[in-house]
Parts: sequence; C-alpha cells; structure tokens
Amino acid sequence: MKKRYLKPTEDPLWLKLILGAVTIGFIAVLLLLPLVLMFKEALANGLNGFWASMTEPDALASVRLSLIAAAIAVPLNTVFGIAAAWAIAKYDFRGKTFLVTLIDLPFSVSPVVAGLIYVLVFGMQGWLGPTLADHDVRILFALPGIVLVTIFVTFPFVARELIPLMVDQGRDEEEAAATLGASGFQTFLRVTLPNIKWGLLYGILLCNARALGEFGAVSVVSGHIRGVTNTMPLHVQLLYDNYDYAGAFTVAALLAMLALLTLALKSLLEWRYADELAAAHRR
Amino acid sequence: MSAIGLKLLPLRSRHVLPGFRLSLGFTLFYLAGIVLVPLLALVIRPVELGFDGFWTAISTPRVLASLRLSFGMALAAAVIDSFFGVIIAWVLVRYRFPGKALLDAVIDLPFALPTAVAGIALSTLYAPNGWIGAALAEYGIRVAYTPWGVLVAMVFIALPFTVRTVQPVMAELGLEVEEAAATLGATRIQTIARVVIPMLGPAVLTGMAMAFARAAGEYGSIIFIAGNIPAVSEIAPLLIVTKLEQYDYAGASAIGVVMLIASFVMLLALNGLQSWAAKRR
Repeated sequence: MKKRYLKPTEDPLWLKLILGAVTIGFIAVLLLLPLVLMFKEALANGLNGFWASMTEPDALASVRLSLIAAAIAVPLNTVFGIAAAWAIAKYDFRGKTFLVTLIDLPFSVSPVVAGLIYVLVFGMQGWLGPTLADHDVRILFALPGIVLVTIFVTFPFVARELIPLMVDQGRDEEEAAATLGASGFQTFLRVTLPNIKWGLLYGILLCNARALGEFGAVSVVSGHIRGVTNTMPLHVQLLYDNYDYAGAFTVAALLAMLALLTLALKSLLEWRYADELAAAHRR
Repeated sequence: MSAIGLKLLPLRSRHVLPGFRLSLGFTLFYLAGIVLVPLLALVIRPVELGFDGFWTAISTPRVLASLRLSFGMALAAAVIDSFFGVIIAWVLVRYRFPGKALLDAVIDLPFALPTAVAGIALSTLYAPNGWIGAALAEYGIRVAYTPWGVLVAMVFIALPFTVRTVQPVMAELGLEVEEAAATLGATRIQTIARVVIPMLGPAVLTGMAMAFARAAGEYGSIIFIAGNIPAVSEIAPLLIVTKLEQYDYAGASAIGVVMLIASFVMLLALNGLQSWAAKRR
C-alpha cells in the first residue's frame, strides 16, 4: 500500500473532519436553524396568509416609516462619511487618530444608551424638552427622534469603510489633478469618486441594512404608536407580544430577506471588487 | 471639543487640495451635533444629580443583578465565540470544500439580521415547545426564559466579531514558520498549539473584546428569549428602558452611565490591543 504523505502545513484527515464538523454544526444550529424556522413560521398560513399579513395597513405603515427613516439617515451619513474621509485622508493635522476613534464611538455604545441620550436632550426632563414643548415641536415619539437615533447608530458605517481606503490611496492623484487646473469639485467627481465608488457602495449597503433593522435605540424614542411611530422591527415586537406569531414572522421574514439580499450584495462586492474595498483588505 | 477644534485648524493653509476647512468643519460639526453633545447629556448627568443620588440609583439589588447578568454573560459569550471563532476561521482559511463561500457569507448573518427578528426566531426555537427547546426539555434543560437564554442570544449576536477579527490575521500568517516547526520534529498538533495559536493572540483578544462590548450592550435579540424576570434574567439595557417608561430618568441615566463607562474602557482596551498587535508585527 502506498503511503500518502501530508504537506507539513496540512492538517491530518481526522483533525480536518472534527474541525469541519464543529464549524458546520455550530453555524447550522446557531445561525441557519433560526432562519429556517422564521420562513416556516411566516408561511404557516400559506402564501395567502403571508400576503394578508404583509398588506395589513399597520404593517405597511411600519414599512413606510422604516424606509423614510433610512432615506434620511443614510444620505446624511454618506455625506458625512465622504467629508470625514476626505479631511482625514487628504490633509495632515493634529488629533487625527483621536478623531477616528470618536467617529467609531457609536459602535461601542449600546443601542438603548443611544436612545437614552436623545431622551435626555429632548425629553420633558431633558435639556431642550420644555422649550420644544412651548413651541409645539415634537422630536421624541415622532419621526425626528426616530431619524436622529437611526443616524446615531449608523453613524460610522460609511466613514469607517472610506477612511482606510482613502488613506491607502493617498493624495497624489488629487494633487496632480489640482496642478492641472481642476477645481476641488471636479477633482472629487472625476478622480476621487471613481477610485472609491465600490467602497462607498459597500459602506452605504451596510449603513442601510442597519438603518432599516435598528431596534433598541428606536424602541426607546418611538413611543410605540401603532401605525404611526412603529418601524418594521418595532411592529415585529408588537405583533409578537400580541401573540400574532404568523404576522410577526411575516414582517420578520421580510426583514430577513432584506438581510439576505444585503449579505449577497456584500459578498458579491467583496468577491468582485476586493482590490477596491478597504474591508476586503482587512480580511 | 471646541479647544481641539481650534487646534485642528492651523493658520497655515498651505494645502494643495481645496476643501480642508469645509470637510473638517462639517465633520466636526456633525460629530458634535449627533454624537458628542447628546453623549455629554448623559455623561454630566451624575454631576447634575449629585453623586449620592447616582450611587443610590446604582446600588439597588435589582440594578446590580442586571449589570452582573449583562457583563457576566457577555464575558461568557465572548469566550465561547472566541473558541468557536478560531475554529471557524481556521476551517474557512485553511480547508477547501464545496459551499465554503456560502458558509463564509452566512457568518455575517447576525450583523445583517435585525436584532428583533433574531430575537423572536431564537425565542421560538429554544422555547420548551420549540425545535431545540423541546429536545433539551427531555434532559430537563430550560434555555428560553432563563439566564441561559441571554447567553444563547449573546453568542448568536457576537459570533461575527470573533471570526472576522481572527480570519484576516490567520490568512496572512506565513506558512514558513509552520514548515520550520515541522522540520524540527513537531507534530501537527504541537505546531498548531505552540506556533500558530500564540501568533493569533492579539487578534483573538481583540475579537473577544469586541464581542464582549457588543454582547453587553445588546438589547433586541435578548429581551424576547430572556423572560425578563427582575434580578434573574433581566439585562441592564432592558432595565434602562423599564425605568424610562416609569419616568425614572435618574435611575435610567445611572445605569446608562455605567454602561457608557464600560464602553469607553473597552474602546481604550481595544486601542491598546491594536497598538500592541502593531508592535508585534
């Protein structure tokens, strides 16, 4: 019998089998089983039940509210991400590292704390609450509050993708464009943007997914008014707490499909444009 | 912040590229307005309330139990995820098998899936009549509506952090050291345990710290599965929400301050870890 020699850097077969089984088992039980269960529960009443739960007015209102919040928060954070990355990558100034740490700060703050700080600013016992009430301006328990906390929790997504990417790319190309007489805006549009477009898209994709799915922070400031200030994740909670499991899992399945679509696009970007993504470089 | 802001704007504007003042000005303005000023409202709260009131709000048995549960279970979840995270990263980096790309993409599911969605799915799965819950119930194990439910949700939510921190470092490890170890007579297991694992140290610790921070602050996926029994399976973020609903702003802020301090400490620890890892390169 011919003995098969292993490369010195290759694991023996028994080890491969054990580690492979642990990996697949762990991922299947922890990650995939909940996903399968969700779609099964959503279709418990058949496709007609799924459709009925989806087109119920309060469910549609929650979809609309989530879309509006994301439609405001994502562009603002995109503009911020571009401005921050431009300032940090293209110029030298003191305190740069500290600034980058501050930009990442919202990631390490609990979502509930994120909601709490806005209550402390805009609530009736907060800094601005009484003044706002005098002028009949509603921030908390209304759209502005929901948008603000959504901006907070999705704050770093675009910036943290663009900063390492643009620092890596340096400023030579932009400086060349400037010496050739391009205006700042032309330089950005024709030189910088083509270089960062896939990274930008990647950041926006993750930012959008989180904006649509945020639960904890929005839950603190929303007031849970059915059909008015309930976003999709909050509507899931409301239905679930009212024992309407089919309805809850229907909206949940919709959000899960969005998550899967996000993952698919993210993987596609990582695979196709790996060279142009900072996130892919980190891998 | 304004003192730093002034320092950041040098008088010598000898940059070739335009837009320094505009981009940095907007960055600082937006950062201050969205993040720093609202956070300040919480940070100075103990000063506004007086430290005695702050301490009384924190030292009730219910609050202490919730903090112990959140941080204790977060630590346990971070350790569990780091263990499995290293194995998963190893399999994804070193082995070749069909469906690997799909498995790799699925790791990020807890990132992409809204936490409330994960919460109701986990809760239904581990409930005594759920797929996993029923199987465990035969052995007398209850997960949902107990502190173990908190642990399950935290392990779910924090897994990507450990895998994604270790994976790139593992991919960049040179094979030469492993070959050298093998030439010198080490068995494969010795090589992995004494050569590979030590080189991953900083990455594993970084991943663990990120997993811990995420798990300790997690709310959405936990509240459905935990049962939320005061002093037993009630996490600190939920207690903040409960106190806010009772208009107990002082109590809510006190817990919020503790959680915020913990986040700052983790952030500092992470920065320390990263500079340590950079020095080792």
